[in-house]
Amino acid sequence: MSASRSRTALRVFAVLFLFIACKAAGNLSLAWGMKHVPAAGPVSYLRAVFDPFVLSGVFALALAVLMRMVLLSHADLSYVLPVTAIGYVVATFLGKTFLHEAVSGQRWFGTALIFLGAAVAGATLDSKTGGQAE
Amino acid sequence: MRWILVLTTVAATALSDLLQSYEMKNAGGQSVRPRGLMRLLRMVARRWRLLLAIACMAISFFSFLALVRVEALSFAVPASAASFVLETALARLVLRERIGARRAAGALMVLCGVVLVGG
Repeated sequence: MSASRSRTALRVFAVLFLFIACKAAGNLSLAWGMKHVPAAGPVSYLRAVFDPFVLSGVFALALAVLMRMVLLSHADLSYVLPVTAIGYVVATFLGKTFLHEAVSGQRWFGTALIFLGAAVAGATLDSKTGGQAE
Repeated sequence: MRWILVLTTVAATALSDLLQSYEMKNAGGQSVRPRGLMRLLRMVARRWRLLLAIACMAISFFSFLALVRVEALSFAVPASAASFVLETALARLVLRERIGARRAAGALMVLCGVVLVGG
């Protein structure tokens, strides 16, 4: 791999890390805020937007959207999709740890399969990220 | 109800990502520095496909919001991964990306994971 390709790959990994961090923090904050909204219905959803946790979550997710756009400018969609799937595993872990959600063995297994599938597909480097095609 | 919300989230996400990927491929490499992000925001405002992508993202976001209201986060987030399979197929058909057997197998594993998570 040439020096310029290594730099591109490093840049992709750095943006990827920022994206996953923003997405995980956003999802956690959003879920935390939404679970503390008192009643269901359209008015409660509008009120929820002004909840500090929901607001922080929206901000973090908006940042994640921009990070993902940057990522898509450097790599193919079929590459970005699997490598960002690690976020699903992080979300399950955060849901279990901070929101005390019950996660069954089957759900853990499913999450592990998503992670494995992402890793298998992610190992197939695409033409834009500097690796060889399959 | 939860599957209608999952379906709406998945369809809107897939369309949004397809439009974003198409436009960002044409735009070339972007930066995460503040100036780069500002330039990216200006670009979003100028390109109708990116604006449409943002609209789809909004639909996806509000469906997801409703989903996490009624379901556990540990269900909602992995279930929305169903978009992965649809998007991989669309990346091949619409964006003409090269998707080999290993990448297809990975997508299949993700689909199995989604079914297990939702079961």
